[in-house]
Amino acid sequence: MTARAAIKKSLFYLLVAAIVLYAVFPFYYAIISSLKSGTELFRPDLFPMSWSFDNYVGVFRDNPFATNIGNSVIVAFATVALSLFVGLTAAYALARMRFRGRSFLLMAVLGVSMFPQVAVLSGMFQLIRALGFYNHLYGLVLSYMIFTLPFTVWVLTTFMRDLPKELEEAAILDGASRWTILTRVFMPLMWPALVTTGLLAFIAAWNEFLFALTFTLTNNVRTVPVGIALMSGASAHELPWGNIMAASVIVTLPLVGLVLIFQRRIVSGLTAGAVKG
Amino acid sequence: MSFLRVLAIPGQALERLAGRVLPASWRRSPWLFLAPMLIVLAVVAAWPLIRTIWLGFTDANLLQMDKAKWVGLDNYTGKGGLLHQKEWWLSVKNTLWFTLLTVSIETVLGMIVALVLHRTFPGRGIVRAAVLIPWAIPTVVSAKMWSWMLNDQFGVINHILLGLGIIDAPKAWTADPALLMPSLVMVDVWKTTPFMSLLILAALQMLPKECYEAAQLDGVHPVKVFFRVTLPLIRPALMVAIIFRALDAIRIFDLIQVLNGTRPQTMSMSIFARQQLIDFQEVGYGSAASTLLFFIVALLTVVYVVAGRVKLGER
Amino acid sequence: MKACVAAVLWSTVLFAAGCKKDKTEVKPDPGKGSGSAAAGSAGGGNAPAGAVEVALACGSVSTELENCKIGAAAWEKKTGNKVKVITGPTASDAQLGLAQQQLAAGSTDIDVFNVDIVWPGILGTFFIDLKEHSKGAEKEHFEAIIANNTIDGKLVAMPWFTDAGILYYRKDLLEKYKEKVPTTWQELTDTAKKIQDGERKAGNKDIWGYVFQGKAYEGLTCNALEWIASFGGGTIIDPDGKITIDNPDATAALELAASWIGTIAPQGVLNYEEEEARGIFQGGNAVFMRNWPYAYKSAQDEKSPIKDKVGVAVLPKGAGANARSASALGGWNLAVSKFSKHPKEAADLVLYLTGPEEQKRRATAGGFQPTIVSLYQDKDVLAANPLFASLAESFKSAVPRPTTITKGKYNQASTAFWSAVHAVLSKEAKAKDSLADLKTKLEGLSRGGKW
Repeated sequence: MTARAAIKKSLFYLLVAAIVLYAVFPFYYAIISSLKSGTELFRPDLFPMSWSFDNYVGVFRDNPFATNIGNSVIVAFATVALSLFVGLTAAYALARMRFRGRSFLLMAVLGVSMFPQVAVLSGMFQLIRALGFYNHLYGLVLSYMIFTLPFTVWVLTTFMRDLPKELEEAAILDGASRWTILTRVFMPLMWPALVTTGLLAFIAAWNEFLFALTFTLTNNVRTVPVGIALMSGASAHELPWGNIMAASVIVTLPLVGLVLIFQRRIVSGLTAGAVKG
Repeated sequence: MSFLRVLAIPGQALERLAGRVLPASWRRSPWLFLAPMLIVLAVVAAWPLIRTIWLGFTDANLLQMDKAKWVGLDNYTGKGGLLHQKEWWLSVKNTLWFTLLTVSIETVLGMIVALVLHRTFPGRGIVRAAVLIPWAIPTVVSAKMWSWMLNDQFGVINHILLGLGIIDAPKAWTADPALLMPSLVMVDVWKTTPFMSLLILAALQMLPKECYEAAQLDGVHPVKVFFRVTLPLIRPALMVAIIFRALDAIRIFDLIQVLNGTRPQTMSMSIFARQQLIDFQEVGYGSAASTLLFFIVALLTVVYVVAGRVKLGER
Repeated sequence: MKACVAAVLWSTVLFAAGCKKDKTEVKPDPGKGSGSAAAGSAGGGNAPAGAVEVALACGSVSTELENCKIGAAAWEKKTGNKVKVITGPTASDAQLGLAQQQLAAGSTDIDVFNVDIVWPGILGTFFIDLKEHSKGAEKEHFEAIIANNTIDGKLVAMPWFTDAGILYYRKDLLEKYKEKVPTTWQELTDTAKKIQDGERKAGNKDIWGYVFQGKAYEGLTCNALEWIASFGGGTIIDPDGKITIDNPDATAALELAASWIGTIAPQGVLNYEEEEARGIFQGGNAVFMRNWPYAYKSAQDEKSPIKDKVGVAVLPKGAGANARSASALGGWNLAVSKFSKHPKEAADLVLYLTGPEEQKRRATAGGFQPTIVSLYQDKDVLAANPLFASLAESFKSAVPRPTTITKGKYNQASTAFWSAVHAVLSKEAKAKDSLADLKTKLEGLSRGGKW
């Protein structure tokens, strides 16, 4: 390897290191905070002076945190499944079919994302109660559609639009139905887009706070962000910082794990060679 | 150029494919495929949104919802109306400024990160996961965490900067008026760049390799390849990412609320609306503020379309 | 194939979600076993037929929740009814938002609400009049709190525990510099400056003189009310609805406070809530602190750097003829929703929990400041909380915020007030101008004093 190539390579790795440091440092700080207790929390140390897993034990002991995590898992997976299903079918129509009102529909879907969450809160509250979904995980999954769907539909539409039309033509010549084209031809090529929107929808549902707080009443239905908001210290003004940091570390790790697993699907070259001459 | 190319579909109608006549069911199928989305959105979005718009025309107060009267455009143009309230206009200015700064910085940084993650190198999977961490931490937690880290006395940021000699006295990141907006922008950039980089990465990964190979064979400089080949190809996806990022930024609430409360100098439109709706129980006025927020966003989108001089529809 | 897998996964997930449905209707308990999981009732067994279940939202702060459950269990044993304890977020404004949603929707899910001291005015119309059930019990509580909780002649909430702002100081530093505990704000300013400068010269560069809550939020309303009332400048709005804030005493108070920023208080104080101030004081980096009594416990914690070096006192008074020591009144109360299906039993629960027996237990076991006057002379209470003796005066003479007069408009009035004060503290406006503007704003809000 030439010297120039070596310099280029090390600069590249330096850039990677800088990016990782920038992204991870606050999380690292959260981890060391979660190992501290008492007044130590108010001291800015970069390395923990003493280790203690008290906070981690406290998170599960003093709060129904395991239940919260379980609920979050269910809600997040259901949200992703529903969003991807609805989004994929809608995207196919919007990206590959001609019909009247297509542009209007796309703009209308975008319009749903233009309202602040707090404004639709009480209308949603009434709706959820009317449907009988109050204090129920169904209610949360349904309400999350209002912000995952527009985004999912738009992203999938964008990516699907760029797939070569020759694939579709070949499939039609083979006598395939629309549904088959969608599931057999397009979906396999859309993995980067599907994984990306799936992950982002998962994170959105996992971290959503306002609806989760307002539409649930009892601990057996609450999700993680609400569970964290319920963590309290010895008095109303005190914030159990150590516990909260421990809880955040606990809930971020599964997300990191999910990304590690699914990021392998975000690979290039899926469309290369897909069109046989 | 424009993000509205995404609204156009490729090629001519498949109906004229090779002279074959396709079954009539093909003409109906768009609506079949759209049905799930239409049903879900009708159920979930229609009632809350219509109700919000309608309430904006009343003087509803949370404590006396049944006594709400229709007041027409009073909440907007009347004596105490939104268009005359300087706090509202201040929040509009804050929000637009915040959006402009964060979206532009996040797009550039996101692009850099995406390009880095696009290349194959050992440990790429772990780096991709690490880079997503800021987005993965719940906002309520990361906002509180940053307010702790930015504390002027015991915050770790001042600690590090003082230690490195970059500043000579602790800075009051969340109290000094000059530093308010910069610290908010910094925290939001940290948190949301992963969102942009993930979307841009997906777009990059879906590009056919043939383009690059052709350019490399011709010996074109990588930077030129980026601007002439890559960028135009990922433009639609990039535009979608920017639009949604901008929509989120305009509706920003959690971050500013936790770091700065309801301070007028950093109040966003959502915080203004929430203050009216929940703190002040002025449901009519707050709904009008939310609707106005919607109109401002819609207006900006339309301006973007017109300025980009694009035709809606097919190319 | 993939679609099939997806469909199967999806239906499994939704099925699992379906199994989690929780029934929240209040229903009569047939008396078998201990129903509600969260109540931890001691009195399981056989409740008499016709026993009702009352849903109690008593906050989620850990010690509060513990004690709440114990109190509820005792009531269950006494009356044979059941209590379902519902937890909520710790942040006061999140709790308010939730309570508003519930009450505006006429929900019957919660019978008894935990009510912050400034909410009776805002939510009063949704609560029943407890005078009809109390048989005069309210006479035993602090007058100020009862007056605060009486809206248009209706007693909408019973006091549960109280809170008031107090002054924390470093005993060791005052001794070292031979200063006495300040009784006026000017003395505090001078003492703080002297000790701060002295300590900084001696090498402790991080120390400041005074920390308090200066962020633009409800806590600033408390702090500023204390300053203004202590100078004799009134309480923003007097009980008749007249806006009294624009006066020379109030101006003097704010000018003094504004002078602290950057001299004896760090600039960051403009964004401090209770915890930030406590963090600095507890780390040993402040001579004085204004905070609620809760901070004392952690200051005396095993590993605290300032253990045994902390003293508490009533807040200083201002200058002028009407100067007095003033603490802002805090604390929480219990109220019964007017939509409750069992108002009589709910009221009974409230009166039991706020009664002398339960308040004494909470004071000795949990350190909750009672609202019943006689308990401040009780031997057991004072033995468990030696602090109460010195603080009793603060609690008795605490100044309530003008929520009773402003009613539904309290939050707007408070926001206007804290914004005006914050502008003065950050030197964006002069005290006189800011208060004059505030007066105009409040008059507009109240239509000339008629709230």
